[in-house]
Amino acid sequence: MNLAAVGRPGTPEPWRDPDAVPFLRIVGVTKRFGSFVALDDVSLSIYRGELFALLGGSGSGKSTLLRCLAGFLELDAGSIILDGQDMAGVAPYARPVNMMFQSYALFPHMSVAQNIAFGLKQEGMPKPAIAARVTEMLALTRMEGFGDRRPAQLSGGQKARVALARALAKRPKLLLLDEPLSALDKNLREATQFELVNIQERTGTTFIIVTHDQEEAMTMATRLAVMDRGTLAQIGTPGEVYEYPNSRFTAEFLGTANILEGVIERGEGGGARIGSSEYEFDIVTSSPAPKPVGSRVFVALRPERMRIARVESGTPHADNRLVGRVRDIAYFGDFFMVHVAMEGGRTLRVSLPNLRRITERPVDWEDVVAITWDADAGVVLPE
Amino acid sequence: MNRARWLVLALPVVWMALFFAAPFAIVFSIGFTESAEGIPPYAPLLRWREDGSPYLQLNLENFRLLFDDPFYIEAYLRSLRVAAISAALCLLIGYPMALAIVRAPARWRAALLMLVVLPFWTSFLLRVTAWIGLLQDRGWINSALLALGVVEAPVALLYTDLAMYLGITYCYLPFMVLPIYATLSKLDDSLLEAAADLGARPVRAFLSITLPLSLPGIIAGFLLVFIPAVGEFVIPELLGGPDAQLIGRVLWTEFFQNRDWPLASALAVVLLIALVVPIGLFQARAARA
Repeated sequence: MNLAAVGRPGTPEPWRDPDAVPFLRIVGVTKRFGSFVALDDVSLSIYRGELFALLGGSGSGKSTLLRCLAGFLELDAGSIILDGQDMAGVAPYARPVNMMFQSYALFPHMSVAQNIAFGLKQEGMPKPAIAARVTEMLALTRMEGFGDRRPAQLSGGQKARVALARALAKRPKLLLLDEPLSALDKNLREATQFELVNIQERTGTTFIIVTHDQEEAMTMATRLAVMDRGTLAQIGTPGEVYEYPNSRFTAEFLGTANILEGVIERGEGGGARIGSSEYEFDIVTSSPAPKPVGSRVFVALRPERMRIARVESGTPHADNRLVGRVRDIAYFGDFFMVHVAMEGGRTLRVSLPNLRRITERPVDWEDVVAITWDADAGVVLPE
Repeated sequence: MNRARWLVLALPVVWMALFFAAPFAIVFSIGFTESAEGIPPYAPLLRWREDGSPYLQLNLENFRLLFDDPFYIEAYLRSLRVAAISAALCLLIGYPMALAIVRAPARWRAALLMLVVLPFWTSFLLRVTAWIGLLQDRGWINSALLALGVVEAPVALLYTDLAMYLGITYCYLPFMVLPIYATLSKLDDSLLEAAADLGARPVRAFLSITLPLSLPGIIAGFLLVFIPAVGEFVIPELLGGPDAQLIGRVLWTEFFQNRDWPLASALAVVLLIALVVPIGLFQARAARA
């Protein structure tokens, strides 16, 4: 699933190069609606050819940032510099930026071809050139033969393609995609995600995609930013953010995480030993703790990095081992999510891959189980 | 269930039959009778022979007269022209009003719409009569013009075409504003954003997106003003000049002054057909498109 975690073949990583010049620089951008701060001093650099995802819940400011980039909203502070040009005071119709809208916003009284040609006509492009570009865009989005249809005669997936074709027709420097696939059902959405990435790679256009769907962000993006209440909680490749979340918020927002609390006792073999403040056991990590000895920290543990096995009742906790009782098993088809209740009522979630059709579950409701994990599984959160 | 459905369907059907089809059939049949002294002032359509068998005495003279006498044709054409100009004036004033209400802050919208329909709360006759007070030689407008020294003698405003158009436009304006408002308020804002995003300046975006998409509202508003304005009687009578022979006044004269019910009926029937047939054809075409 996670293509980007391993890096795409041949994909350069300009953000690791200190000399690389960002294509888009967002500097200290602040946007307020009345007393509500939608964007709070956001700074971000995006490089040419990236597919950057802004990921966050509703009200996180991700759509506001996108609308600032499109020019629909004026900034209260900060600046947006695209390819060396300051966008301050540049009206939406004058920006080399196009947007694929969440609702697609296709013009209902125009054919597919007229929709795609609309932006080109505004540029005053000659008619034969418009026709050629429309044909090219229809081919790019595999919509050949649909040029004469009205938007009302298209399926959801086809509308998404037309919206993309229309937004790409002017060859924008930057393409903004606002929850582009949220109206599609799951299978179509996954197929379209891959196609979008494909088109992005072929055209080389810089994409910024806003989404609340973490899977979408993880599969598509070269890098992503997790947004929380108008700020960027973390920026990185999907792999970095998933494997090394920097806060409880990103750990829990991106995927599922069990968060344990403790106090760093000492370094140990390059890693750290953290005394749990909740249970009688220690968490041992293989990577060094980001804070000094004695600090209170949170440790994030992914459900798929933990093992689960039945044990005798009364088995004690131990290093990287917690004992509890199975309270719930949720079946997801490809895996089970086992909810284990600890003493004191807390629940930890452990996933079990559904490797073969089982006649007898390895664990069952009300079983006493031990959850164990390796030292490299836990991530000590810096915040 | 089925009975309930039947009832729901029957109600409008019965209503239309009683209050539209039946009166129309009566008016239509009177149009084929001969004028006569008495009450009612026309000869019966259905008559009896000596042997007691019934027969219809159809008289086509009324309809022939309408098409022969240029007086009636001119009245029809003049009415159509007055109605078209009034509807166009309503559109010119009403469209910007509707657009302004749609674009107004949400908390103002209900109040602004209220203001549009507020005149309906006063009697129609009263409002038309009020214009007399404004327009007459010693009315408010002339007094103001005289006081400001703009004119030396009162300007003839009342009993002119200007007064008539003013009155019709004023009275029918809400019928233009409301349907246009309805279509504009349903317009998806993101369409305008998309147009701007694709490089259309505001005027361009209005002409290529807002205007064509509000066409159903424009057509509805135009018909709502145009149709009643064709047969309008009260406003031209109270505000218009004496030579304003509109079909409404002609009808009234034939019916009440000349007591020629058959001719008045024929006038009404032809007016209805002249309006319904082209509008029906237009709507059938619009439905197919």
